[in-house]
Amino acid sequence: MMATAYIYDALRSPRGRGKSDGALHSVTPIDLLTQTFTAVKERNHLLEDCLDDVITGCVTGVGEQGGNMGRFAALKAGLGQSVPGVHINRFCASGLVAVNYAACRIIADMADLIIAAGVESMSRVPMGYDGAAAFSDPAVAGPLGFVPQGISADLIATKYGFTREQCDALAVESQKRAKAAWDAGYFEKSIVPIKDPLNLTLLDHDEHMRPDVTLDSLSALKPSFVEMGALGFDSVALQKYPDLEFINHIHHPGNASGIVDGAAALLIGNRESGDKLGLTPRARITSFADHGSEPTIMLTGPAEAAKKALARANMTKNDIDVWEVNEAFSSVVLRFLQEMDMDASQVNVNGGAIAMGHPLGATGAIILGTALDEMERCGASTALATLCVAGGMATATIIERV
Amino acid sequence: MTMTAPKTQNWRQDIDADGLMTLILDIPGKSMNVLNQQALDELDQIIQFITTEQSVRGVVLTAEKESGFAAGADLNMLLTLGQLLKNSTMEDVFQHAFRMNKMFRTLETCGKPVACALNGLTLGGGLEMALACHYRVVADNPKIKLGLPEVQLGLLPGAGGTQRLPRIMGVQMALTYLLQGRNMSPQEALGFGVIHKIAPREDIVRVAKAWILDGGSPIQPWDQKKFKIPGGQGAFDPKIVQTFAGATAMVSKETKGNYPAATDILSCVYEGHQLPMDQAIALESKYFVKQIAGPVAQNMIRTLFVNKQKADKLAHRPEKIPATPCQKLGILGAGMMGAGIAYVAARAGIDCILLDQTIEAAEKGKAYSVNLLDKAVARKKTTTEKADALLARIHPTTAYEDLEGCDLVIEAVFEDIDIKANVTARTEAVISQNAIFASNTSTLPITGLARASQRPDQFIGLHFFSPVDKMPLVEIIMGKQTSPVALAKAMDFVKQLRKTPIVVNDSRGFYTTRAFMTYPLEAFTMLAEGINPALIENCGLYAGMAVGPFAVADEVSLELCHHILEATRKELGEAYRPGPVDDVINCLYVTHGRKGKKNNKGFYEYPADGHKYLWPDLSQHFPLADQQPTADEVRKRLLYRQTLEVIRCLEEDVVTRPEDADIGAILGWGFAPWTGGPLSMADNIGLDRFVAECDRMTALYGPAYSPTQRLRDMAKAGQTYYPTP
Repeated sequence: MMATAYIYDALRSPRGRGKSDGALHSVTPIDLLTQTFTAVKERNHLLEDCLDDVITGCVTGVGEQGGNMGRFAALKAGLGQSVPGVHINRFCASGLVAVNYAACRIIADMADLIIAAGVESMSRVPMGYDGAAAFSDPAVAGPLGFVPQGISADLIATKYGFTREQCDALAVESQKRAKAAWDAGYFEKSIVPIKDPLNLTLLDHDEHMRPDVTLDSLSALKPSFVEMGALGFDSVALQKYPDLEFINHIHHPGNASGIVDGAAALLIGNRESGDKLGLTPRARITSFADHGSEPTIMLTGPAEAAKKALARANMTKNDIDVWEVNEAFSSVVLRFLQEMDMDASQVNVNGGAIAMGHPLGATGAIILGTALDEMERCGASTALATLCVAGGMATATIIERV
Repeated sequence: MTMTAPKTQNWRQDIDADGLMTLILDIPGKSMNVLNQQALDELDQIIQFITTEQSVRGVVLTAEKESGFAAGADLNMLLTLGQLLKNSTMEDVFQHAFRMNKMFRTLETCGKPVACALNGLTLGGGLEMALACHYRVVADNPKIKLGLPEVQLGLLPGAGGTQRLPRIMGVQMALTYLLQGRNMSPQEALGFGVIHKIAPREDIVRVAKAWILDGGSPIQPWDQKKFKIPGGQGAFDPKIVQTFAGATAMVSKETKGNYPAATDILSCVYEGHQLPMDQAIALESKYFVKQIAGPVAQNMIRTLFVNKQKADKLAHRPEKIPATPCQKLGILGAGMMGAGIAYVAARAGIDCILLDQTIEAAEKGKAYSVNLLDKAVARKKTTTEKADALLARIHPTTAYEDLEGCDLVIEAVFEDIDIKANVTARTEAVISQNAIFASNTSTLPITGLARASQRPDQFIGLHFFSPVDKMPLVEIIMGKQTSPVALAKAMDFVKQLRKTPIVVNDSRGFYTTRAFMTYPLEAFTMLAEGINPALIENCGLYAGMAVGPFAVADEVSLELCHHILEATRKELGEAYRPGPVDDVINCLYVTHGRKGKKNNKGFYEYPADGHKYLWPDLSQHFPLADQQPTADEVRKRLLYRQTLEVIRCLEEDVVTRPEDADIGAILGWGFAPWTGGPLSMADNIGLDRFVAECDRMTALYGPAYSPTQRLRDMAKAGQTYYPTP
């Protein structure tokens, strides 16, 4: 008997600059997650032990983000000791995959109510700190053609003909839209201000934003991946794409996603569990898909993942009202638009990760929540969220309002 | 209990009053020690003896040959190992390959302190043996080279080198030496901790013994509990992770995936440095067998080592003609080539008369050497005294009389048959009856040029490559009447220059120019077909060619390409059929005046910042076809077209031996070294498969790919260019 998976709630922390002077640097990742869980619990009046599981996406799951952090955050948040927890990692889509896996359990009638979450404190547990055979083991990195993501992003721009100006323009637009959305209060109802031990607020807004940037100010930034490319990674990439003469390095900190700290959580359940708690479902999870694409160019999967999810839902792109495409790098979004034959005005209408930041494991959960809020705000009925993923992967999820 | 020391022929033994056993590696009848099967068998017995014989307190390994300690393992032994794969199990082959590795491990764990006293050159297996010793002292000669050059032969150090070197000098630094096969001087080695001491040559054994008597430990650092590799270790160390991520990319950039040994060296170090030594060396031997079993090592060892060495030793020199060193050399024309020849000859101790039409031109030719030597002195590669002595041997002149007494005269004047005839006559009027006259032409048939000579039997072609001081090959061209004596003298001269000769017969473009030209020509053809020029250029580079086909055409100059086409047109007359190549050269050179590197305009644009890029208008003149071929197909076209031309040269007797053809291809025009040369490559592919591919390509791209009848016959008969081992 197939059940329907509903989203009952979606909350997120504000995003703090992912540096030692960032507002969330003093907050441990487990505390960041615990405060987010607590907010979900309080806003939805969750009873102790009412959840079947907590699924937490986190990319760099070592050190204080290691050891299946979600289980212990759930205990600390008082969700009840019967609530277990599992840690998942599909790199940048981890938060979205957490939602999808929660939905799987609900749809299969193997669970009633689950928190799907994501967290990443990039200021405390640096990206790549967990190592990876994919780049340290020569027997893997060599034959598979591993390159850092920035090289892949520049490769996309080169191969598909995006200029520095186009990439910068997308970044400026992201900043503008994020500022407008914050100013209009679009995010407010879903933000969980993060507090210190004295319950004083550390951060209640996205700290990474630079609304004053212009095409002109961005043009002064030096491309970030020239040296890395010259070391050998350009050659690795070009050997996979021998039709290209060289790689045009155009990405820099201003047109790539920001490194930030943040967390997000969604409450996913079947109809009965919501009824029991007196909750009204906000949306249902219609379909989702993951996709593997060529791993060296790495970040070209979102369109294919979106198409797969659309096909599963028996939908076309015209059936989707709200689009969230994670702004890992400008070229990723531009390629998505090119491949889907869509216009920049259709996606990330309230800005994206270039403006607000990309806390790796949390972002998937964040942007799905952002899409949900936007649907409700403008009375739309469908949304699709997708992210590119390291190693040549992508994930997409489609939701519909009920 | 006292045992008797084993009797050995390759090791001289001595046990002194302190119970210190000195083992002198001395391979009988060889000027250079290489570790052969017998020497290793004996070492095995000696190690057993040392281990059990209580009266032996410690051991010193050394050598006394002038040439040094040891140049490595016997490559023929390694090739035999490859052959073993054909008729025994993988397990057997592994045990065979592992033997030396395990033996060195037994030596370092024998319980007695083992020191080595390195008197000179210590490479490959020789250095690996030294690294297994507990103490290393080296003679204080800065010219001594220590290193693990295996990667240059498509191999990896297989006797612990990839394990001990990183444990001694740190992972990152060891990788740079292992991956480049770079040597170190004793001073550098001391700085890295690779050796413990430098001492006067006559003291090294004494110093080694003193170390033992002072209580030198018989336990290697890596066998001690608290051992840590300097600079970090393990996959949890972010620095190590970065090192391997970067090194893997660098190797890929350098090798384009054509040299699997380099990647396997990385894997040996990455995986091995995280293991205890016994497992680490077994792992290394497994990777070693993998390389020995693959074609690249076999190809490279055969062509670049065994056959090149034979060529260097003039294996095919006419017999019974006494060697006569060239003492005085005449060079006609002090341009690029003449100047370069003067430099390498003077470097070899030969007096050079550098003649040109004006003294300014002749002096300018000498200035080429001044310039090279200034740089060498600045880089401390030579001393001012040596540089001055070299320059003193180059005599610029305009007077033909100065050529008197020359043993050999090489003309390097403009490629024009009349000018060449003129200088030949003027020279022969002065030089002795026995002197040899050589032409450095790269295209004009020698027999034709020899018509201007009074003694065509002493007229020969000596085709040097540019830049002469860097390019290791000399193509010797036999005219129809060239005598064996002239050939012997020419070969002796090439040997004097420490260059590698190949001997070819006369024909237009001889061997190297003719076969090489098919490489850019095929690229032009593809360009005219509408294939993306970046794809063509990249496929040349990724195939392992030293330079991409368009870049090399720019170097050669499109003007020259045009002249060659003109000459061919003239020669063939009515029979000439213009093709895509004519279109390409007409467009670039004739219409747009693009000469190549010369005027910074060719297939490439050469902006002042040094980053050349393909001429953007190429796509306008040669619009891209909608359907682009795969990279694999482009790569095949570039390599196969050259290979077929080499095969034609061999069948037409232009080049007479497969080994000369392959050496000439790699050293002469930068054919992919990993293949061992075009003919090795054809053998690797299998002649039947190669023929089938050529037939397929003939149908698609035309008769340039048409296999010859003899090639078909060979393929049918299951033959190969090299005897199958």
